[in-house]
Order: sequence, then structure tokens, then C-alpha cells
Amino acid sequence: MRVVIAEDLALLRDGLIRLLTAHDFQVVEAVDNGPSLLRALVTHRPDVAVVDVRLPPTFTDEGLRAAIEARATVPGLPVLVLSQYVEQLYARELLSDRAGGVGYLLKDRVSDIGQFVDAVRRVAAGGTAMDPEVISQLLARQSRNEPLAALTPREREVLGLMAEGRSNAAIAGRLFVTEKAVSKHTNSIFAKLGLPPSEDDNRRVLAVLAYLNA
Amino acid sequence: MPDPSRAQSVPERLKQFGIAFALLAMCAPGVAFAAVTVVSLALVWAWVAIPVLLAMAVTIRAWANAHRALAGHLLGVRIDEPYLPVPRGSWFDQLRGLARDPARWRDLAWLFVNGTCGFALLAAAVVPLLAGLWHFVFPLLWSLAPGVFSGYLPFVTIDGPVEAFAYSYPLGAACLALWWRLAPTLLRANARLTWILLRPTERSVLAKRVRQLAESRAETVDTQAAELRRIERDLHDGAQARLVALGMSLGLADEAVERDPAAARELLAEARQATSQALAELRDLVRGIHPPVLADRGLPGAVQSLALACPLPVDVEIDIDGRLPAPVESAAYFAIAESITNVVKHSGASRAWVRLRHADRLLTIQVGDDGHGGADQSGGTGLRGIERRLAAFDGVLAVSSPAGGPTVVTMELPCESSSPRISPSSGTA
Repeated sequence: MRVVIAEDLALLRDGLIRLLTAHDFQVVEAVDNGPSLLRALVTHRPDVAVVDVRLPPTFTDEGLRAAIEARATVPGLPVLVLSQYVEQLYARELLSDRAGGVGYLLKDRVSDIGQFVDAVRRVAAGGTAMDPEVISQLLARQSRNEPLAALTPREREVLGLMAEGRSNAAIAGRLFVTEKAVSKHTNSIFAKLGLPPSEDDNRRVLAVLAYLNA
Repeated sequence: MPDPSRAQSVPERLKQFGIAFALLAMCAPGVAFAAVTVVSLALVWAWVAIPVLLAMAVTIRAWANAHRALAGHLLGVRIDEPYLPVPRGSWFDQLRGLARDPARWRDLAWLFVNGTCGFALLAAAVVPLLAGLWHFVFPLLWSLAPGVFSGYLPFVTIDGPVEAFAYSYPLGAACLALWWRLAPTLLRANARLTWILLRPTERSVLAKRVRQLAESRAETVDTQAAELRRIERDLHDGAQARLVALGMSLGLADEAVERDPAAARELLAEARQATSQALAELRDLVRGIHPPVLADRGLPGAVQSLALACPLPVDVEIDIDGRLPAPVESAAYFAIAESITNVVKHSGASRAWVRLRHADRLLTIQVGDDGHGGADQSGGTGLRGIERRLAAFDGVLAVSSPAGGPTVVTMELPCESSSPRISPSSGTA
């Protein structure tokens, strides 16, 4: 799997390259600033990009802007954004094109290597990997969006875990219920959100997008 | 702006006459206050004079303020109080404080000037109307009692009713014309006299400003010192402690790795947990110092992000061109964050809204909700904290929160913006 990395701190950049190479990713280019990132994404069109939000030259949200711009040129280009902090606002902007293939994680999630590599793979496959912090903020909010307000608290919880990118089996393990119960919840969620029966993965992405954009 | 010299309607003129008459009547008590003060000053060695002087100071202040208000109304300007704060303490300390305030001495001088020059001006404004009316009534009085009123007109002795009319009506008309022509100017001259003597001098305005600045600076310094102490404590009890624990876990894992790989693995997991917690604490700390989103997106983006993170629905409306100076952005951000926190914690509201507007070098922030109201500006430490934060930038805060709601907190911060970069935006989060 071909991957582009954008990270300005050499220590972290080398760490990411080593980590991903060890898990059978092929790092086609590792850049350290916003403009080179945009060029690398558009020329290489990698299977997935791992991008730090804060990059030179402005040291603000350069990485995020470059990723969004690249996705405008290459629709659905899978991008996993890493940051020292998460902002709802940025999650929303990343998801605004409703194309999926988006991840937004705190940098320290990288320390759980197994989960991090899973997240990169999931994003590459067009899924989502939202940080639990984004989800917990969403759960704390009152829903004012019509179809979402109809969800039961349990269904919201399931949807949150789906947004983090967990499978039904993983959700079942987390909530101490059977996988069958989870699949009942997911079907109910799809119905309430008015998502027609289709390939399960696609519906999951759509449900998550509806949830995060609420 | 009411300009007496241009007031041409009769009711307006009569109102002015009323004011002039009242001011005229107020001259004498004023002189009495001044006389009592001067006598008490001479007797200040006898302690009984001190309470009298303190009482006179309060009276004269109120008296002068009433005149400031009237003169301000006539001139269409605002005349502020120029007084220094009276020091707390014993009578003697208070008296010393009063004696050091030039405005008090100016008050005293004004009372005398007002009792003489002011009196003359006012009398000249009032008497012609009264004299005019007198001349119109005079012939009737003469007819009723010819003997009694014969010598009551100047220059002439009246011998018959025709003569009475012939002399007194033209004189009366002349008096009324004089009044109509001169009264506004005289009243205005009196108001100007009051203005000159009672307005704050440039010196006292500057002194007041220096006092304000010294106060707000002291508060800013205190707040900053407290903030630094908090940061130090957070680092010490948080991230630093976690890193120590992390080092210990790693050390133990290093020892155990040969002997007991399973235990080593557990220690490593603990170490990873400690790094996550340390990072989370550092993130919270950074957010409290300068939120990254504020650096990235400026005030509009940061406020939108606040609204998104709020458990309540928050409508955001922003009208700001360009970036504001970083310190102002930061103060405004924390003020808004604190206000939103107050809404969530205390108001019982189901919705809130934030409005930001920058125009004419003034940033106006409004945070409102549909809660039950009853917020008290002096009560909560939250609002007081916001006020302190804003005071460093000459900003002000006003709270409107009737019982039953809604609550609206309005904050104003004077500031310039730099080059336009961000266009007006709005949205609901």
C-alpha cells in the first residue's frame, strides 16, 4: 500500500516511516511542509496519506488545508490527519465533501501501534477513523438534527463507535453485548437515518457522516 | 442638542425661564454652603468643625452635580464629576483627602462666583420678563388705587389712566422684547460659567485615567501571576508526575524483561498509558494558555469551534474584517468561553447565541441565552474574572439578566484590526 507522510518534526517523521514500513506500507514520499504535501498528494495519488495538521510555513493548520485542497483535486483521496489536539471544526471540514476515506486522530494514538495501523488501513479502504475525543464531544451535545434526535442513547453510542471505525464485533466487545444485538442496533440506525439497504460498508460510512455533520 | 439661543417657541422659552428662576433661587443657599465651609475651615482647630466640613463636602458635591447636570443639559454636553475618591479612615484622614483634591477648592470658588456673577447673569435673564408683566398689569392697579401706585414707574409720575397706559405699555413691551432677545444668551453664559468652573480639568481627567490604568495594570499583573502559578502547579502535579511514573515503569520493565516477560509487558502497557495521560494533561494546559485553534483560525474560527464543543446549540454570527491584535483575540476568546460556560452551568437555557461585530475600532461581543436569567454581575467570580480580563484592554462588560430571563452579556473592546483576510461569516453550530 502506497503512503505519503507529512510531518515537520524529523523524529516523528522517521518514527512514522519506520512504523508503516514495518507493517508493509510503502512510503512513497515523506514531506515536511504544506506546499510540498499538496504537490506530493496530487502527483503520487497515494493509497493513503498520513498528515500532521500543523506544518510550516505558517505553523497553523497548513496540513489540514493542504489535505482538503488535495481532496478537492483528487476526490476521495484517503487522508488520515494527526494532531496534538482535536477540534470538531476540523473534523467537520474534513468530512464536508461527504466522500469518506477520512481519519482524524490524536497523535498519541500512534503509540497503540496495532490500532493505529488498523486505522490507516480502514481510511485507505474508504472508511472513517475518528478520535474518541471527537466522538465524546458529539455524545455530550444535545442533538437538534431531526433523524439523529430519533436515535436512542444506546444507538447513539453504537453510532459513535462506528464513527471511530470499529467493526460490529469490536462494538459488541466494547458494550458487553452480543454481535447480534449490535447488528440489530445498526439496522435500526440505518432505518432511522433513511439509508436504503446497500452494501453494509457504504451505509456505515454514510451513517457516520450524517452523525459527524449533525 | 438643545441650544437656548435658538429656542424660539414660547413653551420652550418659558421652560428656560423656569430653569433660570430655579438657578437664581439656588444661588443663595450655595453662598450659604460656601460661607459655612469657610467659617468651619477657620475653626478647624476646634474638632467640632471637622464633621461640619465633611457634611458640607457631601452637600456641595451633590449641589455642584445638580448644577453640572443642568448646565450640561443647557449646553448639550456631558460634564463629568472631577472628584478624587475620598480616602477611607478617620475623619481627619477624610478631611486631608478632601483638602488635597483641587476639585473641592474649585467647587468652593464656584459657589462664590455663582453667587455673584452667576446671580447677576441669571437676574438679568429673569427680571425683564417679570418687569414686562408688571408694566402690563400696572394700569389696572393704578385704576384700582390711583394714589398708591402713582410713583411706581421710573422717571415719571402718573396722573391719569391714559397716562398710565401710555407710559407703561410701551415700557412693558420693551422689557418683553429685551427678555426675548437676551434671556437665552444670558442663561447660556451662566451655563458656560458653571461649565468652566465645574468641568474636570485636563489635569484631573489625566489623573483619573492614570488611576484607572494603575488599577487595571495591577489587576492584570495579579491575574497573570495567578495564571503562571496555576500553570506551574498543573505541570508539577500533572505531566511532570506522569513522566516520573513513566520513567519508573520503564525502569522496572527493563529489570523484568529477562526474568518475567509477562510482567515487563504489563509495565510497558502502563508506561504507554502514562504517556497518553501526560499528553492529555498537556493538551488541556495548552488550551488554557492559548488554544491552538485561535492561533490557526483567529477569533471567528475559535468561536465557531467553541460553539461546536458546547453541549447546547449555539448560534454564531460574526462580522469581523481582518485579524484583530492577538492579545485582544485571546481576551475576547476567553471572555466568550467563560460566558458560554456560565450559560451551560447556571442559566438552564436550551439555546444560546454569540454575536461578534467589529466596527469603528470597537469589538462588540454579545452572548445571550433563553434561560431563567437572574445572573448577578457583582455576585459570580466568573463575570468578575471576565471584567478583569477586559479591563486590561479598556474593555467593559454589561449584564442584562432580569429574573425569568433572557440573559444577555455585552462586552466591548476598543481595538484596530489588521489587513482584511476573513470575510463576514455566520452559521449555526
